[in-house]
Amino acid sequence: MDLLIIFINAMLVNNFVLSRFLGICGFLGVSKKRDASIGMGLAVLFVMSIASIGTWSVYTFLLEPNGLDYLKTVAFILVIAALVQFVEMVVKKMSPALYDALGIFLPLITTNCAVLGVTFLNVQDKLSLGGSLVNALGAALGFFLAIVLMASIREKLDRVSSVPRAFQGLPIALITAGLMAISFLGFKGLI
Amino acid sequence: MTQILIPIAIMAGIGLVLAILLGYAANVFEVKQDPRVEELILVLPGVNCGGCGFAGCEAYAKGVALNGADPTLCTVGGPVVANQIGDIMGVKVNAQEIMVAYVKCNGDCEKAKDKYEYHGIMDCVSAAALPGGGAKSCTYGCLGLATCVAVCDFDAIVIRDGIAIIDENKCTNCGACVKACPKNIIESVPLNSRVRVACNSLDGARDIMQNCEVGCIACKKCEKACEYDAIHVNNNLAKIDYDKCTQCNACVEVCPKSTIENLLMIHKAKPKDITA
Repeated sequence: MDLLIIFINAMLVNNFVLSRFLGICGFLGVSKKRDASIGMGLAVLFVMSIASIGTWSVYTFLLEPNGLDYLKTVAFILVIAALVQFVEMVVKKMSPALYDALGIFLPLITTNCAVLGVTFLNVQDKLSLGGSLVNALGAALGFFLAIVLMASIREKLDRVSSVPRAFQGLPIALITAGLMAISFLGFKGLI
Repeated sequence: MTQILIPIAIMAGIGLVLAILLGYAANVFEVKQDPRVEELILVLPGVNCGGCGFAGCEAYAKGVALNGADPTLCTVGGPVVANQIGDIMGVKVNAQEIMVAYVKCNGDCEKAKDKYEYHGIMDCVSAAALPGGGAKSCTYGCLGLATCVAVCDFDAIVIRDGIAIIDENKCTNCGACVKACPKNIIESVPLNSRVRVACNSLDGARDIMQNCEVGCIACKKCEKACEYDAIHVNNNLAKIDYDKCTQCNACVEVCPKSTIENLLMIHKAKPKDITA
């Protein structure tokens, strides 16, 4: 597969949040304020990229040659968690400003299913290292796009509309997410 | 046998390598943090309300320990926390007064008239942007659309009869409502000062008389009644100097519109336990 197609596919056509329905808890939990959602999106971008490289290496060089495909869930979670810890330490040392900006989001997405999902899709689709990285970047940018759009809509909703009491909070957020998912369906014909 | 041993060996290997890497990295990338920062974090309330002006309790702790921020800024913790911070930092802290937010308006649905019926968005900021600054006939008065209720992290504000009322037992003086109110009605006042002017209107007496039963008409009776030079009428509005006020109640008694209130007498809210 062409890298561009992988990218567009992961970002828009099969958007992780709005068409694969992965990472919903972070998507709903951190989409109340746009600033926070940008931080969350960047943290996901960061972790997804390094996690897909790490897990791809572990899978290709350790698990697959030994026929241990069934262990990939455990092994991937282990690798992702360790990588996030490692990255957190590095960022804290190298760039305190970035560390403050990412804040609690870094540890929060250690076991985010979107991150785990992209690593599974990488090995399931038998992507190369480059393909995996592009897939992860596309997925993360798709998540970023979705969560920032969502946060902007929700900020606006809180500000200028009178939502009926029964729909306040999560219900209206879920309806909004559903409508966004329908609109993202429009990308299906792209590839 | 190898079917079991190889997976175990590989998983254990991955775990071991990662553990060694992380352990090594923890040493290499160790960030030396001022030990006082952690002590301060333990002392601070941890509600991250931002009342101190920092992004959260951790940021404030760093600000105090590293950048010499004022140790008395935590409004939630009050004097108790200020003293604890002073102990950790080794400085003497003058315990400040407990402050609470206060809504300077008593013009509820009965006492103040409305210019028109408002059927718009239930949000003071939106309503205040409309011509005439909202439905209330007094342009300075509380609109009662609960913008302050929404921003309060402590559940301390309720709307009663179209007026925001602050529960002083719950209020931490974080200042969120003070910033949110488009009419700038809410003010931080000392908790112990029970005599307060419940009006924010700078309108002249005639407008006030038309609009509100309890608005300050700037008659200056309170100014004359006060023996302690603690209340003055400026710009058509009486204002109490809480440093001078002895709560003698003289102004409350002479006020013809009952604008000045003594919270001890009307039991709107009980004072907090001040010794805490």
